[in-house]
Amino acid sequence: MDHISYESDVLIIGAGGAGLRAAIAVSEKDPKLKISIISKVYPMRSHTVSAEGGAAAVIKDNDSLDDHAYDTISGGDWMTDQDAVEIFVREAPKEMIRLEHWGCPWSRQKDGKVAVRPFGGMKKKRTWFAADKTGFHMLHTLFQTSLKYSQIQRFDEWFVTRLLVDDGRCQGAVALEISTGQIAAIKAKSVIICSGGAGKVFPFTTNANIKTGDGMAIAYRAGVPLKDMEFVQYHPTGLPFTGILITEACRAEGGHLLNKNGYRYLQDYDLGKPEPRPVLRSMELGPRDRLSQAFVQEREKGQTLEGPYGDYVHLDLRHLGKKIINEKLPFVRELCLKYENIDPIKEMIPVRPVVHYMMGGIDTDIHGATALSGLFAAGECACVSINGANRLGSNSLTELLVFGARAGESAANFALNQNGSSKGLDFLYKNELKRLNKQFLNRTGGTEKIVDIRKAMHHVMENGAGIYRTEVALSDAQNEIQELKSKFKNLRISDTSKTFNTELVGSLELSCLLDIAESVIQSALFRKESRGSHQRSDFKNRDDANYLSHSLAYRNKNGAPEIKYQPVAITKWPPGERIYGK
Amino acid sequence: MADKITLEVFRYRPDDNSEPSFQKYMIPLQRDWVILDALNYIKDHIDGTLSYRWSCRMGICGSCGMMVNEKPVLTCAAFLENLIPGPVRIEPLENFPVVRDLVIDMRDFLEKLKRVKPWIIREQEDPAIEEYKQTPDQLADFKQYSMCINCMLCYSACPVYGLEPEFTGPAVIALAQRYNMDNRDHGNSARMDALSDESGMWQCTFIGDCSKVCPKKVDPAGAIQRYKVHGANTWWKNLLLPWAKDK
Repeated sequence: MDHISYESDVLIIGAGGAGLRAAIAVSEKDPKLKISIISKVYPMRSHTVSAEGGAAAVIKDNDSLDDHAYDTISGGDWMTDQDAVEIFVREAPKEMIRLEHWGCPWSRQKDGKVAVRPFGGMKKKRTWFAADKTGFHMLHTLFQTSLKYSQIQRFDEWFVTRLLVDDGRCQGAVALEISTGQIAAIKAKSVIICSGGAGKVFPFTTNANIKTGDGMAIAYRAGVPLKDMEFVQYHPTGLPFTGILITEACRAEGGHLLNKNGYRYLQDYDLGKPEPRPVLRSMELGPRDRLSQAFVQEREKGQTLEGPYGDYVHLDLRHLGKKIINEKLPFVRELCLKYENIDPIKEMIPVRPVVHYMMGGIDTDIHGATALSGLFAAGECACVSINGANRLGSNSLTELLVFGARAGESAANFALNQNGSSKGLDFLYKNELKRLNKQFLNRTGGTEKIVDIRKAMHHVMENGAGIYRTEVALSDAQNEIQELKSKFKNLRISDTSKTFNTELVGSLELSCLLDIAESVIQSALFRKESRGSHQRSDFKNRDDANYLSHSLAYRNKNGAPEIKYQPVAITKWPPGERIYGK
Repeated sequence: MADKITLEVFRYRPDDNSEPSFQKYMIPLQRDWVILDALNYIKDHIDGTLSYRWSCRMGICGSCGMMVNEKPVLTCAAFLENLIPGPVRIEPLENFPVVRDLVIDMRDFLEKLKRVKPWIIREQEDPAIEEYKQTPDQLADFKQYSMCINCMLCYSACPVYGLEPEFTGPAVIALAQRYNMDNRDHGNSARMDALSDESGMWQCTFIGDCSKVCPKKVDPAGAIQRYKVHGANTWWKNLLLPWAKDK
């Protein structure tokens, strides 16, 4: 058996917005640090690319850091850690300006300053945007800027299968080179996971095919807790069938949500009164959790429309006119024309809530550090937590920058204080090779098909852990996921090739998804209250006395995870009522 | 409407020592399906060994470019319905080495991209206190070149790249131009050095196939023409006015 090994100072897993920002931060901290950045796709394919609407940061004179903080904290239904939010809003403007200096083509005012737009749940206009391809432009700017640092070595299209943890410290990872099938140990003095979310545990999602929670799962398997996994964001406006995201910027520009009678139904859900022009923190500019929940209730009243791919409502942009749509929402028009054969200038867009974002993730502190020494995390895979029980639109792109940079800086400092790697790594690497060969590469005779397990998991998650949840449905869902995990042991892998074996990668991803699914369900089962995106039909109210705490899911080899709690950090905004539309 | 359609898919597995071949798959014809949905159906239900790249399924990640009936397209944006009655021929993007099945080797592009320094070059970097000013008109000068999703369709369509792999190629030149035309950038001459000893650019015959196949309406052919004009001007200027420094 060949022994393949690479050495670096800082290893970054994931090359989307957070990973690239972290890599640049490490490079700037000390040019001598050697950085490896591993991703299962080329950096510009990372899912950051799909983000549309914008990135929030206080830049205008009529705005304040406290306003941004309050919107974020109330938007998150007081589940956010306020110390993290204060850092976030304070560092956001500087990070956004740096990205501007690196060339991000932000949309501009006539005087050449950066333009801002309104966004859901934000009471001031503070969302920077690059038309409606903000994530695309941010990702390409970061990727292209990263090319100037020769100390960054990329491992494009490598899949990480396990963290190397020895001596109580994370010292690298084992990864599979997809194009050749070679498996290598990539040793490092510190490791940052920036691998994105896990929307693919659900059937109907805006998330790309690659969003399979791999980084969360490998941290979870190494004993690091996953925090607040019960909080799953449904975006209120996705296209039926494809789940393609229709950005909130549509509503920020003045789009209306209409039920089957052409009525702006959000006025019936404590979200304010309908005005012809958009009003901040009101109606269509309410937070995503409330809008998605309103859809479900409207459907129960029989007020939604029926389509071949489920019930839907209409998003009406027609009154905005051709000029605004083409200038501010060109990608939305392109997506509607290409994928729905609908022109939003002339027709209403069918939309429904769709799984969009995981508020939860790898538990980190404000420095991006996890409970495992040497391991850091940032971006959607992490939970720091600035998003609490419901993320506000346009906070996640900024989060990539602020906490990507912080995690990079922390991991660089950690690496600078370490000597060589410990002796046990080679043994761990050999064990992982054995496991991969036995479970995946050389397996024969399995009978369970990948597609069947994946579809069954989707069904379980949608029925058990969707927008509204109950004790019974969640318990059943957990039992079913555990059964699927048993079935997974008997998986059939028909492709034995070492070259670009996507069936092998798909199997590895599915094993990660099942781990994420069990953590989401168990965290939801234990939280006997309704808060933000987590709505329990059997516990309809928020319960601060018992649940103003983050859940922590610890992996348990014999079944569902163990759930523990840690208090939410409150600095200066005591828990209050979430009020919109007033 | 027929309820089935046949896909003829290029197969190549180097570790089998087998020759490349076409494999036929008969699949259900669904009105809403794009080619990528059909490939996913094959992967899930007929043949788990078929390999191809994809991710976002919304035309922005740039992963899923392939030749469909001999034209380079994003398969997430190519509807089956428009290809009735079939058979539909699906091959890896032309002009690239094939890794396996529909997966091409695009490392050459990434090497070339780095060579043209696709980042903002400043005489001095200002501290991150306020933004550099850029009017909407200044943004419009380079915006279209910034829309490239690196999908490789233009390389696949480019007759010069097919014959001369040294050619920097359409997308990379467009991205170099994206920075050259950005008013925040001072790196024009540094990038010109990377491109001036370029033989391929001068061979570009302005056929414009690169611009025609671009799914994001970038105009690499236009970028190359501007470069040629600029390059020629610079050459004359350096010859006649050796003391004049380019931006």
